[in-house]
Amino acid sequence: MKIREIAELLHAEVLSGKEMLDTEVQNAFCCDMMSDVLAFATNQSVLITGLLNPQVVRTAMMLDMHCIVFIQGKEPTPEIVSLAEANDIVVMVTQESMFCSAGRLYDTGLLDAGEE
Amino acid sequence: MAALNFHFDIDGEDFSSAGEASVEMKKKLRQLGFPSDVIRRCSIAMYEGEINMVIHANGGSADVAVYPDKIVIVLEDHGPGIPNVELAMQEGYSTATEQIHNMGFGAGMGLPNMKRYTESLEIETQVGVGTKLTMVVAV
Repeated sequence: MKIREIAELLHAEVLSGKEMLDTEVQNAFCCDMMSDVLAFATNQSVLITGLLNPQVVRTAMMLDMHCIVFIQGKEPTPEIVSLAEANDIVVMVTQESMFCSAGRLYDTGLLDAGEE
Repeated sequence: MAALNFHFDIDGEDFSSAGEASVEMKKKLRQLGFPSDVIRRCSIAMYEGEINMVIHANGGSADVAVYPDKIVIVLEDHGPGIPNVELAMQEGYSTATEQIHNMGFGAGMGLPNMKRYTESLEIETQVGVGTKLTMVVAV
């Protein structure tokens, strides 16, 4: 599905990477531990997290991820947003919980990025 | 064939900048045209090492030697050293503080991840002196 559709589905506010919204993604990974993301997530997935620091963006960059969804209305700092913008990563904020965000995306057929 | 060498100083004072060296290395490997899988493995291994150096050792240095058939990453710090390497290699074992956990690291996956994504990981460490990691990723 397109990143734009994820934003619509989660009623999310897009804060960076608006020109990347038509990028197609196939899978997603939910986690607050970046070490686990590095260990278990596959390339180019969507990262759904409640953690707010620049390492979230750098972790996404290491895995060539195109999109980060911050849950529960957690607003990333301008530093996080500009780091994402500079690296063509879409950052969005949803008011939904991690459980509901993941559930809605799973329902659309998006795959688990933890499965090789 | 002579290697292309890149040197990075890793600032241990500021956690928010941790990972910048790995990002730079990743860009250089991409410019050099390496396959994405090789770049991904190098990036993750070096990023984990960089985070470890910032968390545990107040920074250090990274030297990356790029050959046509392999990439050698050497990470060196003058931190506290690793008292028990066997224990540190176990998934889930961590000495990181609560503060580090709150930053999303310290799950005890750093060294295991470095091993997982590289062909070889050599650890030279001495308590009170420092640690030197040598990782090789085959192209």
